Amino acid sequence: MSIHIRGVSKSFGTFKALDNVSLDVPQGTLLALLGPSGSGKTTLLRIIAGLEWPDSGRIEEDGEDITDRHARQREVGFVFQHYALFRHMSVFENIAFGLRVRKAPKQEVEAKVNELLHLVRLDGLGARKPAQLSGGQRQRVALARALAIRPKILLLDEPFGALDAKVRVELRQWLRRLHDEIGMTSVFVTHDQEEAFELADEVVVMNHGRIEQRGTPEEVFEHPATPFVMDFLGNVNVFHGRVEKGQAFWHGIPIDYPDYPHSQARPARVYLRPHELDIARAAAEQPGGNAATAAAVTGSLPASVLRIARSGAISRVSCRPDGSDTELHVDLPTDTARDLSLQPGERVTITPRKVRVFLPDPEYVI
Amino acid sequence: MSKPTITSAHPLTHGLLVAAATGIVGLLIVVPLASVFAEAFAEGPAAWWRALAHDPDTRHAIWLSLTVAPLAVAINTVFGVATAWLVSRFRFPGRSLLITLCDVPFSVSPVVAGLALVLIFGRQGLLGPTLESLGWKVIFSWPGLVLATTFVTLPLVVRELIPVMEAIGPEEELAAVSLGASGWQVFTRVTLPNIRWALLHGIVLANARAMGEFGAVYVVSGHIAGATDTMPLRVEKLFQEYRTPASMAVASVLAGLALITLVAKVVIERRLEAEARELEAARSLPDTLDTTPLDTGFSTATKGLTS
Repeated sequence: MSIHIRGVSKSFGTFKALDNVSLDVPQGTLLALLGPSGSGKTTLLRIIAGLEWPDSGRIEEDGEDITDRHARQREVGFVFQHYALFRHMSVFENIAFGLRVRKAPKQEVEAKVNELLHLVRLDGLGARKPAQLSGGQRQRVALARALAIRPKILLLDEPFGALDAKVRVELRQWLRRLHDEIGMTSVFVTHDQEEAFELADEVVVMNHGRIEQRGTPEEVFEHPATPFVMDFLGNVNVFHGRVEKGQAFWHGIPIDYPDYPHSQARPARVYLRPHELDIARAAAEQPGGNAATAAAVTGSLPASVLRIARSGAISRVSCRPDGSDTELHVDLPTDTARDLSLQPGERVTITPRKVRVFLPDPEYVI
Repeated sequence: MSKPTITSAHPLTHGLLVAAATGIVGLLIVVPLASVFAEAFAEGPAAWWRALAHDPDTRHAIWLSLTVAPLAVAINTVFGVATAWLVSRFRFPGRSLLITLCDVPFSVSPVVAGLALVLIFGRQGLLGPTLESLGWKVIFSWPGLVLATTFVTLPLVVRELIPVMEAIGPEEELAAVSLGASGWQVFTRVTLPNIRWALLHGIVLANARAMGEFGAVYVVSGHIAGATDTMPLRVEKLFQEYRTPASMAVASVLAGLALITLVAKVVIERRLEAEARELEAARSLPDTLDTTPLDTGFSTATKGLTS
């Protein structure tokens, strides 16, 4: 079932949780709502589920307006952040709940629940109480309970937020496979970009109650639409530069920027991802040579190494570009870093393979 | 969990404090209570039974107490659950005022409460004449007793429920709704089982208070033997009439009820503590228990879900 959200707004007192949000979720998509806390992603999820009413705007399922439909009639499976399992009920009764309130025949309930217990790999644990389960097991009970009512849409609020790292990764892959098997339209909320990128077909980045960008994980990662998305995806070097006549300049290095053809120079922000920079040991400096001119010619920047940190497969080299106070980080495969064997204090040149330039928001321009 | 103890106290100080505390509890609680039973059974169980069962006015007082108290407790249970749910699930203007007002009966003297009821429902009162023309007599009758008893026990259930419902939170109820449960199904299958021990605790306390209520009931009842006397009023009347053994017999019934309440209270409080621990356990996640392999036999399991 497809979901269409049309111009939904929602405020809590003076706090604007959602500001005229429109979003289409095609049938069978696994979509991630990614954003910091307070960005409105959970509110949007709860509005789709009918657990929260929008102040304005419509929600449609397959073209049918369901804005005024009560949560209990929406046929939506909802997995809560802290699972919200019924504490006094056994795992079996938790999963059976949706069928029992629908007055399903006893044998049917039993067969269905056992099937779901098997699906979530909890065979034989039906008699346990939620308190006797691990976090990952509780998560799967919550999922089975939501699936028991044969929902048309599956909504998950920070599904892996409360789990430890190892269980999280395992459950994530499992959920992706489950989605591929069932093909149910699913939306999940997360603040973890890694989770969103690994799991989702499409990622919607939200901020301040608005959608900043929507796209496949590749699109969002390779072509961040706004400075917020770039910042939120994190792990990036940010520098101040300027643009004029179709070119941006970063430490004297020109970067094509055809969006700004005007001759009047404007400040701009330059974003460089650590893994999109090349680093090389600087050739011995020629006497009397001008570093800045050399940089402009070769498109690379002279810098000195501050330190090298190794974390698993990736090593991070921190440098200070000449004439700058801001540190610049370069990520290298650890093997490459070992071969290069740079030492703190050494002179290097840094060549960006890819640079992104953002002008400040137009509203700040006088 | 072991509680911290002060080890630096001088043995003499320590001993004196223990003696003082035990002495006060013994002198003020154990001795008087024991003497009530001693007095009541001074002439043997047969005389005790005669005093209770063979006096029609005493019989009526016991019956009246056993009617009025459950009625008042029932009213308070419905009111308490509804109010606690409202207060713990919604934020609205006047919410804290409502919570504060629920506590008024704790701070107002029961006699004042009784007088207030007389002012409203009495013959010269605000609503009295209207009700009387409809054939309803409130003051000097059992409805007045129920009202007075309800008033003085009002905070007991609601006060017990608010913190528990706040701690549990609305998530389970929302989950039930999203699974298709109706309002009544959510209440009976999710809310009620979650609050049952707190509710029972409130009911037991309210019942004990209702059975023993004297001041408010004294004012509204008119103290009519065989008509509006409840057990505490009957104890006082028999005592005034110098029928001490009969008075003590009724008093021993009240004291016995208090002891039963005490036991019930202890049992329920243990359950409540266990539930609070469970709630805490449910919020913390012991992931080390998780050893289930996740990646086998997938496609067979998902059959039937692709409707």
